[in-house]
Amino acid sequence: MASLKDLRNRITSVKATQKITKAMQMVAAAKLRRAQLAAEAGRPYAEKMSAVLGNLAGNLVGGVGAPKLLSGTGSEQTHLLVVCTGDRGLAGAFNSSIARLAIREYAQKLTAEGKTVKIMTVGKKGLDMLRRQYRDQIIESMDIRGNRPVDYAFAAEIADKILTRFEADEFDVATLFFSEFRSVISQIPTAQRLIPAELPATDARPTSTAGNAALEFEPSEEAILETLLPKNLTVQIYRALLENAASEQGARMSAMDSATRNAGEMIKKQTLIYNRTRQAMITKELIEIISGAEAL
Amino acid sequence: MATFHFDFVGPERTLYSGEVTAVQLPGIEGEMTVMPGHAPVLTSLRVGVIVITESQGSGKRIYVRGGFADIGPTTVTVLAERAAPIEELTNESLDRDIEAVEMQRDATEDLQKREELNGQIVQLQETKALLKL
Repeated sequence: MASLKDLRNRITSVKATQKITKAMQMVAAAKLRRAQLAAEAGRPYAEKMSAVLGNLAGNLVGGVGAPKLLSGTGSEQTHLLVVCTGDRGLAGAFNSSIARLAIREYAQKLTAEGKTVKIMTVGKKGLDMLRRQYRDQIIESMDIRGNRPVDYAFAAEIADKILTRFEADEFDVATLFFSEFRSVISQIPTAQRLIPAELPATDARPTSTAGNAALEFEPSEEAILETLLPKNLTVQIYRALLENAASEQGARMSAMDSATRNAGEMIKKQTLIYNRTRQAMITKELIEIISGAEAL
Repeated sequence: MATFHFDFVGPERTLYSGEVTAVQLPGIEGEMTVMPGHAPVLTSLRVGVIVITESQGSGKRIYVRGGFADIGPTTVTVLAERAAPIEELTNESLDRDIEAVEMQRDATEDLQKREELNGQIVQLQETKALLKL
């Protein structure tokens, strides 16, 4: 049986842990709100972009002159998996579920089909998890760099690296992995094809050009599409990063919430044991005194 | 006076949204002023300043570095990757931009790209001169 001092120490340590998890939960809640606001602020741009792109690409799909980013290289031999995770742990299954999706659903299947898989990681945790199995296939890895909220420039940097490698014919298909934010308790690991671009539904035509065939282009339609496609890549990565940021904070919040609750239960249990032990000792001492007195 | 809806969105935030009477845009093939009822055009933008004339007659200027404008009879939307209200703009920030593009230019071997970036630098310098007025 543990001594009273041991029990007291144990309770103090669990209480300290609870304070930390509680604080982390509150920090995550505050960050989650900020991440959600950022995601909302970025939505009009992404929507407009995909509307314009859908409008433009609708006319060009299947055409001979369609840019490679849209139509692909014509081969599917080499796949690039862009795995976006967080830089930090203690966020429930957030990081591991993204990595698991990338490994189980893509990397293993593609390898089994005899295709080449290359991996690019964004965020330290994804790198840590994939490094064990795919050390040689990781061609690029980036950190999210601390707590800094993700910005557009960072997304552009990632897109740049992908594009440079695409132009160097290093891969044929690129897929992006991130966690889609549904709610605080539900984040869904998602895979999205980046190259060749997945076209938005055609009914998402912008209002100003809907049903108007006489849309003019300055300069040419092709030239606009050429510049629009790389930008669209950046926008999609930016959206994934925002979703990821919100998901990470949401996952951390609920993970820390249950950790706080567990610590609370532990404290209750330990306090009960502590009180019982204390009572038992008092009783024992009393019995000793009384029986001592009776013996006289 | 007739007005139309003008949205100016950046990737991180919406910079302007409201009813306006006219918008002057730095189109890739020249400056253009858009009034209500404009024919639908989709145009690239170069570096320059967007001048918004609001319904009340007051104006607003936004500095933009490349992007797109989707122009229709009742709505105009500008998508810009880099933009800032003119008030937030300083000589230093412009100098920084110019320097960044210059570095990009010096780093590339592609002649066509160099030409393009050179053009951007000239436009940036023009904007800088314009702002000093």
